[in-house]
Amino acid sequence: MDLRLESITHRYGDVEVVRDISLDVPSGRIVCIVGPSGCGKSTLLRFIGGLEQPSSGRVMQIGEPAEDSINPLTYVFQDFALLPWRSVEGNISLILRDHGVRGERAERIIADVLARTKLSEFRKAWPRQLSGGMKQRVAIARALAVNPAVLLMDEPLSALDSQTRELLMDDLITLWTRQPFTGVYVTHNLAEATRLGHRIVVLSRRPGEIREIVEIDKPLSGRDMADPDLVAKQKHLWNLMRAEAEAADKELVDE
Amino acid sequence: MSDAALSSSSSSSAAAQARPVRFRGGGFRPRSPRWVGALVFVVLIRFLEWGTRAGFISSLTMPRPSEVFDTLVELTLNGGMWTHLAPSLSRLVVGGVMGALAGIAVGVLIGLFSVVRAGLVPLVAALFPIPKIALLPLFIIWFGIGEGSKYALIAFGTFTPTVVATYGAVDNVDRTLIRMGQSFSLSWSTIVLRIVIPGAMPGILSGLRVSLAIAIILLVAAEMLGAEYGIGAYILQAGSLYDLERLFAGVAILSLLGVLMSGGIGIIERRLLGWRS
Ligand SMILES: Nc1ncnc2c1ncn2[C@@H]1O[C@H](COP(=O)(O)OP(=O)(O)OP(=O)(O)O)[C@@H](O)[C@H]1O
Ligand SMILES: [Mg+2]
Repeated sequence: MDLRLESITHRYGDVEVVRDISLDVPSGRIVCIVGPSGCGKSTLLRFIGGLEQPSSGRVMQIGEPAEDSINPLTYVFQDFALLPWRSVEGNISLILRDHGVRGERAERIIADVLARTKLSEFRKAWPRQLSGGMKQRVAIARALAVNPAVLLMDEPLSALDSQTRELLMDDLITLWTRQPFTGVYVTHNLAEATRLGHRIVVLSRRPGEIREIVEIDKPLSGRDMADPDLVAKQKHLWNLMRAEAEAADKELVDE
Repeated sequence: MSDAALSSSSSSSAAAQARPVRFRGGGFRPRSPRWVGALVFVVLIRFLEWGTRAGFISSLTMPRPSEVFDTLVELTLNGGMWTHLAPSLSRLVVGGVMGALAGIAVGVLIGLFSVVRAGLVPLVAALFPIPKIALLPLFIIWFGIGEGSKYALIAFGTFTPTVVATYGAVDNVDRTLIRMGQSFSLSWSTIVLRIVIPGAMPGILSGLRVSLAIAIILLVAAEMLGAEYGIGAYILQAGSLYDLERLFAGVAILSLLGVLMSGGIGIIERRLLGWRS
């Protein structure tokens, strides 16, 4: 299933947040969205998953999601959004049960996603007992459990320390390599974008418009951050971002 | 030379200044070891007992605790305790449960629906400050002089604080969790039952503590205004005869009731909110 954003514009009151964004999210690839703070990345992601409606424009779903996809458009949130009153297992089973998946089938899915996120031992643990990185792995396991057609991730690693971030980034790449999923990944971090993105969309400062779309064709698993090609791409992204960030700063001074 | 001088001077100055960092944390986390609460009661009662025996507290101002205790024992033995406690408990349970359940239900509705919120919040704000006891005559006209008016008074008295606590608690449920529920296409009822209500539970339970204390106060008031049996009636009889032992025996029963209810809510909290600590 592909997604297509058709000239999305949105206003909160008088403030125009994103302007005329058109974008394709092809199936089986990861699209990264980068841009300065407040340029509407999270807002855009909420439109893509249908959690909010843009003032104009629309998000189209092209083709049908796989038959066994329980929740085609699934989010991984920056702050994990785990229910603190449910165990690791309970957080996943709640969602499966509501979609009519119970008993042995649910059991199989839970065991499988916990194994894939290396959480099998923590099945009965409460969220408060887990570290930030483990909480985010639970959230990823929960997202994988519904077999999403598109995974929508809003800075999923931002609340974590840099080592944990490295490890989880590796985990994400492994997950994708084993079973490619479609992803939209919002981030501030250009290194994350160059490691995980097949297509990197650079937004301008608010109102967010597409500045440039950078394609990276290298397979995810073989990406080496010392590769001169990737270094050059990252540098190019950084120049784009820096120009926007500086302009945003100037605007603040002018006001 | 100069090196040695430097190192010795720096080490000696370090020795002169070395002291443990002053501890500034701690506090602001009250815990309650059980025995402290009991100790306060014991000390207070011991003091009164000693004061009344030694004679510097006259028995006209304060009954002797041991005699209050004797009165309680006697009341239990001659069956009077049960005659008074049974109707009081049933009024408290029926009225309190009705008021609390209705309050939680209305509070959740206010928390969920804009129309209900717009319509009922001003009404609840208008009802809250009314001293409910003042409405007892009205309730007697509506529900009769019997149990009905007492149930209604207690229910009404617990209802308003429960509503306010509940919708405040629902408002405070983390919106990102609700958004998470929507993002997984959970049904509306699952979002309410499995996300909103558990999230509001801590606030609802602490509101319930207040509501149930109010229920006891109203119970006594209702029984004083018109009941043959009940703790309130017992206290009223004793009071009109200036029988301080029986008055205090009745008051002691009420206090005990309050402690038991608060303990009961504590147990429920530990059961339902075990995920917190
Ligand atoms: N519900 C809302 N109501 C009004 N304004 C909003 C709302 N949500 C976001 N905004 C505004 O829209 C702009 C874009 O917000 P958004 O969260 O999408 O930015 P972002 O690119 O995700 O920023 P960050 O990088 O800091 O996460 C911001 O200026 C924000 O203040
Ligand atoms: Mg954001």
